[in-house]
Amino acid sequence: MPQKISIRIDGEYVNATEGQTIMEAARANGKQIPGLCYMEGLRPSGSCRLCVVEVAGVARLLPACTTPAQNGMLVTTNSEKLTRYRRMAVEFLLLERNHYCAVCVSNNHCELQEMARRLGVTHVSLPYNYPRLPVDVSHPRFVLDHNRCILCTRCVRVCAELEGAHVLDIGGRGIQSRIVAGLNRPWGEAPGCTSCGKCVQVCPTGAMAEKGCAVEEMVKSNENICKLAAHRGGHA
Amino acid sequence: MKKVKLATIWLDGCSGCHMSLLDMDEALAAVLRKADLVYGPLVDAQSFPEDVDVTLVEGAVSSEDDLEKVRLVRRNSRVVVALGDCATTGNVPAMRNPIPVREILERVYVEGADEQPGAPAQGVPKLLKHALPIHEVIPVDLHVPGCPPGAQAILDAVGALLDGRMPELGTKVKFG
Repeated sequence: MPQKISIRIDGEYVNATEGQTIMEAARANGKQIPGLCYMEGLRPSGSCRLCVVEVAGVARLLPACTTPAQNGMLVTTNSEKLTRYRRMAVEFLLLERNHYCAVCVSNNHCELQEMARRLGVTHVSLPYNYPRLPVDVSHPRFVLDHNRCILCTRCVRVCAELEGAHVLDIGGRGIQSRIVAGLNRPWGEAPGCTSCGKCVQVCPTGAMAEKGCAVEEMVKSNENICKLAAHRGGHA
Repeated sequence: MKKVKLATIWLDGCSGCHMSLLDMDEALAAVLRKADLVYGPLVDAQSFPEDVDVTLVEGAVSSEDDLEKVRLVRRNSRVVVALGDCATTGNVPAMRNPIPVREILERVYVEGADEQPGAPAQGVPKLLKHALPIHEVIPVDLHVPGCPPGAQAILDAVGALLDGRMPELGTKVKFG
């Protein structure tokens, strides 16, 4: 039986279970912490840095999605400092690759675009990177556009943990990192892909989309995927 | 009351932001009671005036001509507003940025030409290496993103600036 613990989030006492992350404890108590790589039911990856929080006694910011809640912890989820860092995280995501909302299949249905709006990011203050990146259209049903990928790894995790196929992964290192299919083959030639499309539905941006979608047409839903994960008892 | 001198300018963009500006409809009449439109594609002035209060810039900085114009805008304006995604992010004009300029010109004017292949060299301004958001070349006082920004967002921004205030656009604007 996991031990009951108590933490304080933004001044309010919250009950949690030992082993729960700060993110899970907050959500179980109806408190929202922003996040892009986080998805209920998948193992957290801590890659987007949008969920950073302040923990009393810790000098640096900690990602709520990967930090275990500890008894007596004092957590701040909203402050000027956090907003500043979250804005910076969004700016870094926007400048690393080529995001053009106006011509994107996910325009107006994009979690990155919406996060920028919510945080009041009206421009990117640092120079853009403009990498030359491919678009993989080899799969019969889906498109993988590396220009729009923020490497949140939701697709990798849903493929491995829920579909059990583990066709997708990260190849390369650092700024050269890319989503790869079938150990770095064109997606359409990856033998393990079941074409289930879970990766497309969980992708927060227009990086993964169904073929044939025009601008704004790719509306995604990860509701069923969260339900499926809950039935399976979440990530174990 | 002295009228505010308002200017607009059209760099590398599609003119959609100017269309959205016109889309304010009857609110334009109220704006023009407080401001004189002294320069831009909507009026006849031939050169950019020396002392402008507020200038709305549509479009990215893509060529040497754009660069010269936007620097003049900055020198002669008290407040410079980046209007729309091309001015704030580079947007569609910046989609060429990962590709070297020479390669693009070859593709369009040589490979894509049915007759007289060759990139134009005279009478057109040279393209810059990258199409840039304007804040990468001049200081910008306010960003109003959107493709185009909605008429209401433009009205909120311009309305506040005409009253001498910096608008709080906050979460009312978005990219795309």
